[in-house]
Amino acid sequence: MSRQHGLFVTDAYLMEAKRQRRPTLVIGIGNEWRGDDAAGLLVARQLRRCGRTSFAVLEHNGEGAALMELWNRWDAVVVVDAVRSGAEPGTVYRCDAISQPLPGKIRQGSTHAFSLGEAIELGRALNQLPPHLVVYAIEGQNFEAGDRLSSQVEGVISAVADRILQEIH
Amino acid sequence: MKTKTIKIDYLARVEGEGGVHITVRDNRVRSIRLNIFEPPRFFEAFLRGRSYSEVPDITARICGICPIAYQMSAVHAMEDAFGITVDGQLRALRRLIYCGEWIESHALHIYLLHAPDFLGYADGIHMARDFPEIVQRGLQLKKVGNEIIALLGGREIHPINVRVGGFYKVPSRQELAPLAERLKWAREAALETVHWVAGFPFPEFERDYIFVALRHPDEYPFNEGRVISNRGLDIDSKSYEDHFVEQHVQHSNALHSILKDQGAYFVGPLARYNLNFDRLSPLAQEAARNAGLGPLCGNPFQSIIVRSVEVLYACDEALRLIDHYDTPDKPAVDVQVRAATGYGCTEAPRGILYHRYRVDKQGLVLDAKIVPPTSQNQKIIEDDLGQLVGKYLDLPQEELRFRCEQAVRNYDPCISCATHFLKLEIDRE
Repeated sequence: MSRQHGLFVTDAYLMEAKRQRRPTLVIGIGNEWRGDDAAGLLVARQLRRCGRTSFAVLEHNGEGAALMELWNRWDAVVVVDAVRSGAEPGTVYRCDAISQPLPGKIRQGSTHAFSLGEAIELGRALNQLPPHLVVYAIEGQNFEAGDRLSSQVEGVISAVADRILQEIH
Repeated sequence: MKTKTIKIDYLARVEGEGGVHITVRDNRVRSIRLNIFEPPRFFEAFLRGRSYSEVPDITARICGICPIAYQMSAVHAMEDAFGITVDGQLRALRRLIYCGEWIESHALHIYLLHAPDFLGYADGIHMARDFPEIVQRGLQLKKVGNEIIALLGGREIHPINVRVGGFYKVPSRQELAPLAERLKWAREAALETVHWVAGFPFPEFERDYIFVALRHPDEYPFNEGRVISNRGLDIDSKSYEDHFVEQHVQHSNALHSILKDQGAYFVGPLARYNLNFDRLSPLAQEAARNAGLGPLCGNPFQSIIVRSVEVLYACDEALRLIDHYDTPDKPAVDVQVRAATGYGCTEAPRGILYHRYRVDKQGLVLDAKIVPPTSQNQKIIEDDLGQLVGKYLDLPQEELRFRCEQAVRNYDPCISCATHFLKLEIDRE
């Protein structure tokens, strides 16, 4: 199962990406066994499939301290995660995390102990943010155990991937 | 009738989310409910029909913080089913990767989740503004744990190199050498951590707990040992379900685990420490004594010191393992599949993690049972909150709520293993 995906972080992959001087790292965050929480992972997989070599793509479970360690090494980082803010499922937020903290309504809702929002603010407090850090957040509806995605979230995966491609190029 | 209500909508800094509701009437605590909304039973069902070889990687996904623990309990259970013994350097490598998980999990909890409670900060971010060097030390310590997992597990997030019988690939001595250098720094940082947390203010709160942990003849326990308690329990993991039962409680979707005829019990660092102090390395024992701890500790708030002592032990043990390492001839022992039932119990950072699998002659899973540490501590957490609220009922509402959150975090509950959202409500006048 997990062996087939092969998209999670490996030092060899990152070193190769750095050697190729890819300036941008895209990180898809989520848990593929928690319904819409997988949204970030699915966007990452779509970006990987498009075959562009100008950026690196990783999947991640969203553990904040590990994220800080990762993005500290890149010029530009794009993070994609699922959120639960009360908006319509499938709503997409884009936040420039360098210019301001993530809005309160999308800072919580992660299933992780030390979340993305906290990692960004800890990185800011310790002066450890990359020069560019953009967060795409996809409003989820179903976070129950299982791999069933809600139709609204499924419907925006490609659009978010396209938007990130446009942003990178 | 006088009624009091304290409500905490969201209990931050707990892995995952859940809910607590406390009712106080006429200055007496009437009920405590730790609500867990989502059980791990999905995975037990999902595993049916899967090959034994997939189980370590699938169960690793139950928890992002402790994937190694799930892999270890899974491989031990499968090896028990197939009658395989993994020893020598392969066994040592398993201990080494477990050291990595304890270091990274404990360092995260000590520095970013629990220390802010003791120092009066809302969270680790606010603490970092005043103590950036200390928070950096915590992050670096955690990183050393991640590096061990990345090297032995193939990658630090959802490691994939662990298999039934051993590993897919094993490192050379040369590959481990840089890790040893990092661990020497980490051991010093861990010593400083013990000293740092020993100076925190601890509330006076002791209870006569039933502690349950593994115990091994020679080692502080990671992968192996008998399941023992401070009340005379001493069993093989095969007998776990003869002595422990899971009860469904109305307010929770997760099951409460209790000891038959004895009730709630305590697993995790404090239980391990109390039952295995004599198995810690001399350095870890000395650090614990210098921190003011004896061989026994009954104050759950001091679990942050015990966690720090365990980080120190894990660094010390990892260095010992690397020092004695020789690359094994084969990365795994041969596996002969057979129809059988296997049992595995290992010490996850948060306490014992029990797995049981029944497989058919092709090695396909017929049924599975997984009991994570947090569901075992659930009843103890409720009991602590009941005593705490009763003791500090006169505190202002916010202080009492803060104290309750701190008490829940004593257990570093990994709610996402057992549940989803955590909200804390105290219902009084």
